[in-house]
Amino acid sequence: MTAGEVLCKQVSVFLENKSGRLAEVCQTLGRAEINIRALCIADTSDFGILRLIVDQPDEAVEVLQSAGFSVGSTGVLALRIPDRPGGLGEVLGLLQEESINVEYMYAFFITIAGDAVVLFKVDDAAVERTLAALERGSIPVLAACEVYKL
Amino acid sequence: MIWNPYYECMDVEHRTDLQVRRLRETVARLAVNVPWYREKFEATGLEPGDIQSLDDLRHLPFTTKADLRETYPFGLFAVPPEECVRIHASSGTTGKPVIAGYTREDINDVWAETIARTIACGGGTSHDVLHNAYGYGLFTGGLGLHYGGERMGCLVIPASGGNTERQLMLMEDLGSTILCCTPSYALTIVDTAEEMGIDPSRLQLTAGLFGAEPWSQGARESIEQKLGLSAHDIYGLTEVIGPGVSAECEAKAGLHVFDDHFVPEVIDPDSGEPLPPGETGELVFTCITKRAFPIIRFRTRDITRLTYEPCACGRTHPRMERITGRTDDMLIIRGVNVFPSQIEEELLKIEEIEPHYQLVLTREGRMNALEVQVEVSPAIFSDEVRKLEAVEERIRERLSSALGIRVAVKLVEPKTIERSIGKAKRVIDMREEA
Repeated sequence: MTAGEVLCKQVSVFLENKSGRLAEVCQTLGRAEINIRALCIADTSDFGILRLIVDQPDEAVEVLQSAGFSVGSTGVLALRIPDRPGGLGEVLGLLQEESINVEYMYAFFITIAGDAVVLFKVDDAAVERTLAALERGSIPVLAACEVYKL
Repeated sequence: MIWNPYYECMDVEHRTDLQVRRLRETVARLAVNVPWYREKFEATGLEPGDIQSLDDLRHLPFTTKADLRETYPFGLFAVPPEECVRIHASSGTTGKPVIAGYTREDINDVWAETIARTIACGGGTSHDVLHNAYGYGLFTGGLGLHYGGERMGCLVIPASGGNTERQLMLMEDLGSTILCCTPSYALTIVDTAEEMGIDPSRLQLTAGLFGAEPWSQGARESIEQKLGLSAHDIYGLTEVIGPGVSAECEAKAGLHVFDDHFVPEVIDPDSGEPLPPGETGELVFTCITKRAFPIIRFRTRDITRLTYEPCACGRTHPRMERITGRTDDMLIIRGVNVFPSQIEEELLKIEEIEPHYQLVLTREGRMNALEVQVEVSPAIFSDEVRKLEAVEERIRERLSSALGIRVAVKLVEPKTIERSIGKAKRVIDMREEA
């Protein structure tokens, strides 16, 4: 699969550390009938960055922007990883051999046929090499359109 | 003790004659040496010889911060820069600072003299150990007090700012008797002494000369009680000379303006008309003895009033009330003047930054601190923490180097800073009374 087919649009939102902001993002998406599939928050003492995988990423960016949030869209890869001890370690080992740096990663709540689904953010320039490394290691990568339907 | 009773206790009539003569000489010199002033004087049709009384001051043009920007750096110098021996600087409203030049005579005969008077107002003599914690550098506080202290014959400790624990150690070990610093730093010294378990009675301080920023009566009482000294308000500004423009004597009933050098007026800030003694308005100064940079009718933007009533101390200088406010939006952070317009100018130079920002004044311990809140635009937003932190760091560095003080930077969500029609509310004051 090409990078274009596998890169999922992750929606990211800037949040000040103050109460009610996360709820507001989720409610805005809810009102637009957009379903959150996975999320993680990176935070500092001052602010947080909410990263979301949703079923309709383009619509999510639009409704959040019109609600006044600072919103970005980033390409991430969704990998199927055997749900057993050492599964994730093996995948990371493959990337490490290629000196591919994982900028961040987080997991879906659901599994596919016993596999965990984990999202990886790598440097945009390293996407092709990452795919090649994963193929050599027989690690399945989900197509973006599959991810939105999970 | 009065440092120079001849001038400080001169009868008013005698001094007025002196002032008029000095003013006439200064105006005559400016008309010859400073084209900018020559044009201004010509526009009013005024000849230096026409100056017959202090009332004639009202016919002279004002000089403003904007004029200083227009004539930056040496446009208002009345001597060639190479005849100067020193430069000091303070904040301009945007970009370039205000540059003040001093000849050797300006430093020795005017500045060191008026600082010696200031120290004497605080009860100082040549036997004192003067701990000078004003910043040394372009800021006038450090070197200004330093030269005046040496002139008086004090033992001067050039401590400058920072490292409060070491300052306390020096004060204790060297037996400092006079403390010179900003009032907020004096409060920091109080707190640090308590943290270090130093009993201030072990210090030998008798007086404090505190200036460069406004302070409250509450702060005065707290400093006096904790450090066991008599706290004196001192006043000055770089455009006029630096500290040494006026000082509180032991009566603490206003600051004596050393008006044989710096003639004060209070004007209506809107009409520019001089106000009678006792009325509150904008303070204006004319330098009548300086060689390098004798400014005419400088509009300080400080609000106060003047009294010409005799003082119990015997000095006949008029007294100004402690400054009660400003006619502009200048902030004073750790003794450094900061204009919101300077911050805006710097932020706009960073291309991705939204023009929406807000300044929040807070306290960091006892010191004033400034937090600059900037809205996150789509252009600077990133899903990676380190990239956003790098943006914060870039803004912080840029502002700190432009303003000369450390500022905190906080990124906030778009549209969260209040939009207002007309003049935006840029400054939020979160400080509580010290």
